Amino acid sequence: MENEPIIRFQDFGFQYTAQAEPTLYHINLDIHKGEKVLIAGPSGCGKSTLAHCINGLVPNSYPGKSTGSLTIGGKNAQNMGLFELSQTVGTVLQDSDGQFIGLTVAEDIAFALENDCVPVGPMHDTVARIAELVDVKQVLNHAPHEISGGQKQRVGLGGVMVGNVDVLLFDEPLANLDPATGKQAIVLIDEIQKRTGCAVIIIEHRVEDVLYRPVDRVILMEDGRIRYDGDPDSLLCTDLLPACGIREPLYVTALKYAGVALTKAMRPSYLPELTLSDAQKEQVRCWYEQHPNAEVNAAAPVLLRAENLDFTYDGGHHALRGVSVTVHKGEMLSIVGTNGAGKSTFSKVVCGFEKAQSGILELNGIDLNTLSIKERADHIGYVMQNPNQMISKTQIYDEVALGLRNRQVPEEEIRPRVEETLKICGLYPFRNWPVSALSYGQKKRVTIASILVLKPEMILLDEPTAGQDLKHYTEIMDFLRELNRQGITVVLITHDMHLMLEYTPRAVVFHAGKVIADKSAAEVLNDPQIVAEAHLKETSLYHLSALCGIDNSEEFTRRFIARDREVRK
Amino acid sequence: MTNLFNYIDRPSPIHRLTGACKLVCLILWTLAAMTSFYTPLLVAMTVAAVLLFRIARLKLKDISVTLGIMCVYIVMNNILIFLFSPMHGTNIYGTKTVLFHIAGPYSVTAEQLFYHLNVILKNACTIPIVLLFVCTTNPSEFAASLNRIGISYRISYAVALALRYIPDIQREYRDISLAQQARGTEMSKKANLIHRLKAASAILIPLILSSMERIETISNAMELRGFGKEKKRTWYSGRPFSKLDLACMLSCAVLMLLSLTLTYLNGGRYFNPFQ
Amino acid sequence: MKKFSVKTIVAIGIGAALFFVLGRFVAIPSPVPNTSISVQYGLLAFLAVVYGPVAGALVGLIGHTLIDFSYGWGVWWSWVIASGVFGLLMGIAAKTLKMEEGELGKKGLIKFNISQLVCHLICWLAVAPVLDVYMMGEPWDKLIAQGLMAAVANAVTTAIVGSLLCIAYAATKTKAGSLTKE
Repeated sequence: MENEPIIRFQDFGFQYTAQAEPTLYHINLDIHKGEKVLIAGPSGCGKSTLAHCINGLVPNSYPGKSTGSLTIGGKNAQNMGLFELSQTVGTVLQDSDGQFIGLTVAEDIAFALENDCVPVGPMHDTVARIAELVDVKQVLNHAPHEISGGQKQRVGLGGVMVGNVDVLLFDEPLANLDPATGKQAIVLIDEIQKRTGCAVIIIEHRVEDVLYRPVDRVILMEDGRIRYDGDPDSLLCTDLLPACGIREPLYVTALKYAGVALTKAMRPSYLPELTLSDAQKEQVRCWYEQHPNAEVNAAAPVLLRAENLDFTYDGGHHALRGVSVTVHKGEMLSIVGTNGAGKSTFSKVVCGFEKAQSGILELNGIDLNTLSIKERADHIGYVMQNPNQMISKTQIYDEVALGLRNRQVPEEEIRPRVEETLKICGLYPFRNWPVSALSYGQKKRVTIASILVLKPEMILLDEPTAGQDLKHYTEIMDFLRELNRQGITVVLITHDMHLMLEYTPRAVVFHAGKVIADKSAAEVLNDPQIVAEAHLKETSLYHLSALCGIDNSEEFTRRFIARDREVRK
Repeated sequence: MTNLFNYIDRPSPIHRLTGACKLVCLILWTLAAMTSFYTPLLVAMTVAAVLLFRIARLKLKDISVTLGIMCVYIVMNNILIFLFSPMHGTNIYGTKTVLFHIAGPYSVTAEQLFYHLNVILKNACTIPIVLLFVCTTNPSEFAASLNRIGISYRISYAVALALRYIPDIQREYRDISLAQQARGTEMSKKANLIHRLKAASAILIPLILSSMERIETISNAMELRGFGKEKKRTWYSGRPFSKLDLACMLSCAVLMLLSLTLTYLNGGRYFNPFQ
Repeated sequence: MKKFSVKTIVAIGIGAALFFVLGRFVAIPSPVPNTSISVQYGLLAFLAVVYGPVAGALVGLIGHTLIDFSYGWGVWWSWVIASGVFGLLMGIAAKTLKMEEGELGKKGLIKFNISQLVCHLICWLAVAPVLDVYMMGEPWDKLIAQGLMAAVANAVTTAIVGSLLCIAYAATKTKAGSLTKE
């Protein structure tokens, strides 16, 4: 029957065995074949649990008690095992390295077929066909670390498509991708859906990026309940997204600031089809003209000077080609570019993890090459992306004190320094807690504290907000800005275009081992050539200003960010 | 890093053999070499091993580093044996033909030298075969081969997973270790041993705890794609046995039998030229 | 044969990969010149405690075999088997440690260390030399001396690395419920 939904939640609720409160309450939701649905919501809203109910990890791997009913493909999901469900629902996990199980691309695509005991001959045919479909044919014999993040995700998708599933479920597909690759992923998902006609469910909090291609419905979740279930245009006319702690598309926020009353008919969810009347365009122009020029900071003295750095890895990969970057005292700046553009290599060279073959590297006029890794760390602190990779002590206090103890600082001097740092980082109330009791964001602070305690002049952070929702993102970034106000120079390596616009006046763009731009973040993102070359994603404000006839899209972006900052405060 | 196991992709008859066949041959060959002290057989096997090496079109420079380490090991091992038991050969062969006296209990006897020759031959006929297996077998075939020779596919897949994630873990280890060094963790000779081990733990703890999270993600990913559903599974890189495969396995089985028969006919493990 | 859960299979695979990386690339300079101390037995003891004897045995067997393969110097089955036996014995001995509930304490650590010491002595002074005597026909005195060195070095690394890992792991299992801000 055509109208029978493939997934049907009826008054469904769920509580994990280990938790005191239910995670999902009274969920009523139908999803039909051929639909494309975005499920959005802040961290902890229950969207992942909902996804786990659909693919069977709940209750098969994460036990708990459910109420109401959930049917998938007409059958009661509670009675279906993981394997039976996997015939209907294909899941692509957020962690593409965890998803990629095979030794090579071909073996990974074949994984489900192998488990199904498909004979080798037909298996090779299916793999070839699917590889063609997801465009990884050239890399079939490559190992996972030899291909790009975008290709890895294509392989992940191919791996679940071999099973002819009716539902494709994507768990945060954009989390680990650079902006341009994220865009390609959304396009690919769209094409696959059109070609196969299966239902697509995307779990994601980056709404604007998903809306790069139209979706049929958005389900907005908060506190285990569905707050909104309907078409995306109507949703954007309301203020529900920001109320739930989800970032709206920037152009929508800008239109709201300008006082434009949004209606469903204007098609706000899909930028290429957004229609504005002349009066509304005038409103936007008026808003732009009324707002003052955003301030530009004067240059401070130079802290770090890198000139003509050249670096080649042992394997022959020429990662830095004549890179020159200057960092001023008290600055907060972004380093952006694709994976493999050289930004991580640059940070490794700065921290002394790798040594440049040629070029000058100076801090406050001192040649950094004369200092060991440990000595450099007294001036430049490096914070890894994943706090779990940095924390080696069980107690917060010990973790923060580690660097000082390793430097043989006397214990009576350590205590005040650690306590002071914990106060700066807002961790003082937790000082006697074990690290394991902290949230991800708090752990991140612990790692930052463990670096700050060494009193570096500059800290370098790798993807500080990866995978965080708006609330945690704002928490981490406001904290970093506060540190910056106190005089610490902050350098961020990031994929997040909005982060760079909102928090860092200056952006350095890497591409293929070279610096291809070094100017204000707004300028970078309004320059189509740089955006294309460095695989960035232009801000939607660029399109909006063009649509409204504003020539200086850069200044428009700057004024919007300044305004947005005031409002969000 | 991409080629830890030194797999060398070159067309040769040995490369074309299936992984399962090579694994069976490796096991039989090693067993034959281990059980036997029948010197003529060991000599024959060593010569055969070197010939096989040529057939696989492996060049000396492909394996020069390994060969170097190997020689150092063999020399050290023999020196150790001599230091601890200079009369081991005499005990085995029952005669004592002193060639010359060194000092104290240490004399060089013909029996001892012959015993050392046997130990060296045992290494020399096994090591090329292990190298041969490693250099000519695509790692993708390891797991399928294990499954083919009767090991449960679940355990076989654990081997595939180990091969898959070694490069990832290696990279993670390196990153964590650098970040810890920046915080002053010292593993070099400057610190005492206990201190060094503690420093190593500062790196291992985050590495291992984050690997345990990884275990959770991977097992979810595998279950969601139907791993463990059936009693058996097929392998993308599995291949059926060819006639040559069967012939090779048969020859190695004969070799194994020969080794046992010779030991039996010899009336003891040791081939004894002294009586 | 008992069917393993998928999680155990993955733990064996990742465990063997860790064992390999530690054994092959993590060398701590030792007091004896030109030798280094390997830390993988601390890891193996820990994994056996957490995932059980069969997983422990397989991590040791697979990990050690892969190390030998990657050096290409032949597979020393006697030592490979001894690694597997160590994982197995540690897993059995550790059944009394209740790590999952976050209870370790001094008593647990003492138990852990007595078990690991006994297991190391069995593996390097009995299992490995007996196999070597049979397979390679090497003299006992030399094998015992080698085994004693290995047992002592491995027991020291296990005592430090293994214990610290157990403490860190047990700490991740504590519940946050009892904590208050100060």
